[in-house]
Order: sequence, then structure tokens, then C-alpha cells
Amino acid sequence: MNASGSIDEHTESEVLHTWTGKTRQWLVKRLPADKLLPEGQPSYVSSWIYVFGMGAIASLIYIIASGVVLSLNGPTWYHVSGLGHFVNSSHLWSVELFFIFMVVHLWGKYWMSAWRGGRVLTWITGVISFAVSIVAAFTGYLLQTNFDSQWIAFEAKDALNAVGIGAWFNVANLGQIFMWHIVLLPLAVGVIVALHVVLVRARGVVPPLEAASSDTQLTTPDEVSVGTLTEGSVR
Amino acid sequence: MSKIPASVSWRSKDDIASRAWTGKKREYDLFKELTVGVIVVGVLVVGLSAVFSSPDEPSVTLKSWATAAPADFVATATAELGGTSGTAGYGAPYNNTPDVGQKLGPINLQSLSGVQIPIDTAVDFVTGPLSLQANPPQALSTWTAAATDQRASWTSAYTDALTKAPNNDPTQVAVGDYGPVPALTSSLLAMAQQGALDGAIQGEGGFFNLDYTRSILFLGDGAYFVGLADGAHLTGDQWGMMNETGNYPGQSWLWLFSFWYQVPVVGGAANADILVVGIMLLLTVLLGLVPFIPGLRTIPRWIPIHRLVWKDYYKRR
Repeated sequence: MNASGSIDEHTESEVLHTWTGKTRQWLVKRLPADKLLPEGQPSYVSSWIYVFGMGAIASLIYIIASGVVLSLNGPTWYHVSGLGHFVNSSHLWSVELFFIFMVVHLWGKYWMSAWRGGRVLTWITGVISFAVSIVAAFTGYLLQTNFDSQWIAFEAKDALNAVGIGAWFNVANLGQIFMWHIVLLPLAVGVIVALHVVLVRARGVVPPLEAASSDTQLTTPDEVSVGTLTEGSVR
Repeated sequence: MSKIPASVSWRSKDDIASRAWTGKKREYDLFKELTVGVIVVGVLVVGLSAVFSSPDEPSVTLKSWATAAPADFVATATAELGGTSGTAGYGAPYNNTPDVGQKLGPINLQSLSGVQIPIDTAVDFVTGPLSLQANPPQALSTWTAAATDQRASWTSAYTDALTKAPNNDPTQVAVGDYGPVPALTSSLLAMAQQGALDGAIQGEGGFFNLDYTRSILFLGDGAYFVGLADGAHLTGDQWGMMNETGNYPGQSWLWLFSFWYQVPVVGGAANADILVVGIMLLLTVLLGLVPFIPGLRTIPRWIPIHRLVWKDYYKRR
């Protein structure tokens, strides 16, 4: 604080005592604005494999948008409305694309050993988002209010009952599954994906597996002038 | 290429993977890439939806079942009355049935939950709905007054008779001592064919009821519902839940879950569901922990697919 009571810019380098100040300092140090919204990337970030993560996020946007329309109209609307059936179709196909992009992204990151250099949490959050997305999609299939959802509920109950959770995660209880599908699981997927993206931004894209300090691209000066490329240390 | 084996360690240390990149950079526009991604995926979603649509096979109702397969309906109703159906002997969380449920070693996980969704098949599926009719069948009072052993004797005899009847047709059953069972089941069949049974069973949960457990379990106890699923390649031995009706990809991401049921030593085990759920939980945890597992994390170095990913970088190094 300065004499007028406002926060001085220079205090960020000082020892802060409030929880809020400490939290801000911690966040800004690990995720400065130029890392969060970069205008440049290392030269090796140049392959089609990198588009699949963004493709999965774009698909998730369509899943949420079409899901909001479906849920606002109720789970049986699409049986009696042409528009509803189209929205239901777009919900289905955005989910299919979401999983295709996510699986390719996951395999790509595996073959790149993308957990290297302190990026293990990025990998783990990616796997968790994949697993939670599977549960979310499963509950969606239970909400179709048609023959598919009847049969899936009948068949799936056995595995859930066998492990003792079928009474509380009752696949034949439409109200219960509706709550899981439109509130709890999307919230979980959204939070985990957001955390995953923040980790990617904070820690940067993993360099090539066989990159060496003698590589020309590391030893020669940068040819592109991009103001945001002076990143802090990767944590 | 470097002669030193590249590190695949997850640890942050003083190496290129851990340090901020200080080499060449390229321009990158995050929001532009997101915008392009949203447009491309949007075109794909709209295109796929317009061309392929989505499946929507109508629900099976107790009315449609009773109309299409009356013999199966009567046989199932008899089993519900006699307590010999799949649901009647299921155990937790629907009812107390001794020595059922899959075990993990000595632990019966299924029974640990207790009876949380109580279902008495004779009452909930047959006598309860019949009693709601304006003129309940006389046989109902005979059934209610009878001893448990007598009821079991009637339903057992009628089940045998139905099995032996031509086409299992209830109207062609041989004469025998079946007590009120034929009258009860034929009344229930009529009630179902009129469409009154669906509402009666669903209404057991009260005016507002989103729980379809009873209706789905009743359907599943019969052969008709399972036969429809079999015809639509949806049963467990047909890769089950990962499929959906019609020629659609379904939940293809459940392929590994369905796969284990096709492996005889797993799918044929008495506790197959526990085994499959356990295997999948374990594999999911292992996937998350790949960076910590020597061997699994080293495969990308042994099979250098990364050279395709970073071919431009390696070419210009």
C-alpha cells in the first residue's frame, strides 16, 4: 500500500501479508498474462497433431450449447419436434467428434511424452477429463427417453449394483440421471478441462523429445519479433 | 540426432523440457485458432447432423409388450407372482434374497448397499395394479388369503403348464390346479393391453415420479424386451452398451469396457461385473499414472513416432 491507500505496482515484488495478495502474487508469477494469452509459440509447435486439443474444446462448446437447448425444452421434446431432433442430432455428433478429437489428442500426447519437464499434472487432468467425459456421455444415453435408454438402463444396472452403488446412481431414475447429466458432470468436465488448459498455458508446450542444446533453433537468435515470447521459467 | 537417450521423466529439472523455450519462436494467435476451430467443428456438426440425423427408436411400453407378445407377458407375470423372476430374486438394492450378488473375494459389495429401492414383484407388478381397477378380479381375494406355500404351488404348476402349452399360449393350457393365477394374469394382460398398467406401475411412486426402475425391471424380466435388444445388436454378448440402435457409432469409447465381457475367463465369471468394473478402474488409474511407470512411459522413446510429429524441427536442427 502507498500513502493514499491504493496498491502500488511495486508491491508485487515485496512480501505480501494478506491471503488475497499472496494468492494474486502466486497466480501472476505462475501465469502471467503473456502466458495465458500468448501471441507466439516455440518453433516446434508446428504439426497437425496440435489442432486436436482445440478441436475437442470447440466440440465441447457445441455439446454445451446444444445440451442447454435440449435441457431447457425437456428430455422428450426432441421426439415431437423437427428442430428438437436436429438439435439432438447435433448434440450426438458433437459428442462423437469430441471423443474422436480427445482420443487422437491423448495418443498424440502419449507419443510426445508430453508429461516431461514438470507437466505431469497436465497429463493427469487430461486423463481425468477423458474419464469423466465417458461417464457424462453414458448418462446422456440414459436420457434419450427411448428404447436405447431403456435397454442401457436395464443392462447397466447390474454392473453398478454389483459394486454397491446402483441405489444412489440409479440408471433407471430419470430425475437422478438428469441431474447428473446436466449439472454435476458437465460442471466437472468444464472445471477439469479449464484446469487442463490453464496448465498447458502455464507450463508451455513440451519440446521435442530429442531436442538438444546444440540445435540450431536453440542457438540462433529468434527471427520473429513477437512481444510476448519472453516467458518465465517453466514450473 | 542425439546419441544420448532422451529423458522421458516427468520431473522438473534443469533440462530443455523443464526450462522456458529460448530458441526460435513462431507467431501464434490463440483466439484466431479457437475461432477457426469453432467454425470447422460447427460445419462438421451441422453437416453430420443433416446427413446422418440421430436414432430414436420408440420406447417399449407394457402395453406394446402385452399386445405383441401376450404369452411372454403372462409367463412373466406368473413368475412375478411366484417370486421366481429375475427381479424377484435379484437381491439388493431391490429386495432381500439370500446368497445372491457378486462377490469380491469374501465381500458381497452388492448386499452392502442394503434394500434401498424395495420391490415386491407380486405386489408391485401384479396384485397392486389389479387392485386399482374399478372392479378388481375376484381371484385377488383368493390369492391374498392363500398361504405362501399354496401360492408357490399354484404359480409353479401354472408356469409348467404354460411351458407345455402350444406356443406357450395361456388359452391352450391343460386343465390343472392353478388356483387364481390364470385369472390374475389374464386380468393383468387385459389391463396392460388397454394401456392402464403402465400408468398404474409408474404411479406407485406417487403423482410426480421420474423413477422408472419398476417398469424397466418388469420389462427386463420378460423375453420380449431382451429379444428386441438382441435384434438390435445391443446385448452383452454383442458388445452391449457401446452399441445403439441403427447404424450409428454409439458409445464406441466404451469398447474396452465391452471387450472384457467377450473374454470368456472374465465375462463368464460369476462376478463378471465386479471384475470388469475393477479392471477398467485399474486401467484408468494406470493411464493417469503412465508418466510414473517405467516401461510404459519409455515406449514413446523406443517407438519414435515423435519424429513424425516434430519432423520439421528435427529436419532444421
